[in-house]
Amino acid sequence: MPDVKPMIEIRNVSRHFGTFRALDQINLDVAAGEFFSLLGPSGCGKTTLLRMLAGLDTPTSGTISIDGADCTEVRANQRPTNMVFQSYAIFPHLNVAENVAYGLKRMRLGRVEEARRVDEALEMVRLPGFGARKGNELSGGQRQRVALARALVMRPKVLLLDEPLSALDKKLREEMQTELRTLQQSVGITFVLVTHDQYEALALSDRIAVMFGGQIAQVASPMEIYQRPTTRKVADFLGGMNFLRGRIAAEAGAALTVETERFGTATLTKPPGFTASGGRATVGIRPERLRVLWDGERAEHELTGRIANRAYFGETTSLSVAIDGLEAPLSIVETNTFGADELNIGAEVRLAFDPEALVLMADPDAR
Amino acid sequence: MSGRVRRWAGSEAARGLALISPTLLYAMAMLLLPVIIIILFSFWKQTFLTVDHSFRLDNYRAALTQPIYRDLFLRSLWISLTVSVATVVMAYPVAWYISFHGGRNKNLWLFLITVPFLTSYLLRVMSWKLVLGYNGVLNSLLLWLGLIHSPIESLLYNADSVIITLVHSWVAFAILPIFVSLEKIDRSLVEAGQDLGDGLFRSLTKIVLPLSLPGVTSAFLIVMIPTVGDYVTPKLVGGTEGVMIASAIEVNFGRAMNWPLGAALSVTTMVLVASAAGLMVLALRLAVRGVRR
Repeated sequence: MPDVKPMIEIRNVSRHFGTFRALDQINLDVAAGEFFSLLGPSGCGKTTLLRMLAGLDTPTSGTISIDGADCTEVRANQRPTNMVFQSYAIFPHLNVAENVAYGLKRMRLGRVEEARRVDEALEMVRLPGFGARKGNELSGGQRQRVALARALVMRPKVLLLDEPLSALDKKLREEMQTELRTLQQSVGITFVLVTHDQYEALALSDRIAVMFGGQIAQVASPMEIYQRPTTRKVADFLGGMNFLRGRIAAEAGAALTVETERFGTATLTKPPGFTASGGRATVGIRPERLRVLWDGERAEHELTGRIANRAYFGETTSLSVAIDGLEAPLSIVETNTFGADELNIGAEVRLAFDPEALVLMADPDAR
Repeated sequence: MSGRVRRWAGSEAARGLALISPTLLYAMAMLLLPVIIIILFSFWKQTFLTVDHSFRLDNYRAALTQPIYRDLFLRSLWISLTVSVATVVMAYPVAWYISFHGGRNKNLWLFLITVPFLTSYLLRVMSWKLVLGYNGVLNSLLLWLGLIHSPIESLLYNADSVIITLVHSWVAFAILPIFVSLEKIDRSLVEAGQDLGDGLFRSLTKIVLPLSLPGVTSAFLIVMIPTVGDYVTPKLVGGTEGVMIASAIEVNFGRAMNWPLGAALSVTTMVLVASAAGLMVLALRLAVRGVRR
């Protein structure tokens, strides 16, 4: 990506509502053709940022460029972006074809070409022949597809999606996720997705920006952001994480040797923004990176503990294992292949871990 | 049979009906009964104080054929149509502004609109006499500006002054239903329109107006139906040119002592205003559908 000019350039963008800072000095680049997600809890400013990309809101300061052109002050109706709204915003007084054709009307394509493009868009979202239906005769998933077709038919440079799947039930949501990803790859348009669902962001995106309190905490690929979260908050938001207290033993450039409680000494890479407080550091390990050792199994790095709690999830079992010398019990996720669902509370278990899976957090002080 | 009655008596519908029955009975007694009596009267005949109860259509013949009544009907319809169109046209931007740009002050705006209602309707009508009169505010202003050299006499006591006064009296009643229907429009629909290329004009005509049509329609009816039969305003500011059908009805029920003819005029007015209202609703729908395309 370094040589290519980014599709979206966000520079020092802030948005204040009175004294409240919805967005604070945001800097972000999104490459052309990228599926980019803004992930964060509600109120983190992700929707505000998306609305600014759409032109429905204006930054208090900073600039936004799309495809090389500064469009900070350009209104929504003049931007090469189109949006899929959270409520889908299907015009209730128009039928499906009229909804999809709505934006095309201004282009004066002529009736034949317009109808062709509407049909093509409905085909693309797998709703062929739905043109005459009214908006209120559609199911949630169908409304979502219409909203998608209505935006895609405009052939925007950037498609903006505001929590498009949050109103759908689980099964339909998973189906639409796959479809959305396939669609994005086939049309090659830059997608910017806003979501609070980390699984959705991980499954769909090329890159994810995690946001908290109007600031971007980390931007990385799904794998990196999950495996190498830089802060405790990011780690927590993306899934379970066991935090361990560590003591810095040696420092060599970006590499840090940390002594951890019970997990031995490991040499870890310093994340950006790393601050040590009095030689202390926080190290994390994901629950699925810990593994129960069955009878006769041996591992290079082992821990022994007692099961304090368990929760059964069908395909997996979540265990909470108390370890001597650790303040909080470790949480572990085991698939039920070898009988993890048959382990009882109070039973003694041996655990294996890989020191490679340890990550150093930028913010110190465990718990 | 009794089981079915008992089951019905315990149903949600029956309880609802029981709840509204006092109001319903009151409304029936005060609204439906007089209307039935008026309709009966319209087919009778009165000679001085005696009423002949035999069925006849003479009153309707008189109401529909006598030039004076025909003129009054036409003028009443014309005035009420003009008033309702003007009222809705003036009320819409106000309602739109409050709903879309009122921000935190929406309630303050709505309160300000209802402030004139703290004074009597008669006073509000009378105040237009002060504005439009021979030595009134408007004439004085125009004289002072040097735009005219002698006061305009035709400002008051004609159909126009009736229209002006009625529009002023009714505009708040039109603002409220339009405001309510504008409030109900999901703002993301407007934003979706902008996102798809709408400027202000297209946004208004293609999205806001069609979706607020129920409010516009009820505003229209709320103004049109009562103004057809308005009596006080033409009496005070209408002069001879501004007389409306209500005056004729009043004369027949009063001095002329011809209740049956008065009743026939009333019934005819009701039928006319109902059809005119229906036609206007239809026209409004077609107009909006035309704009939408």
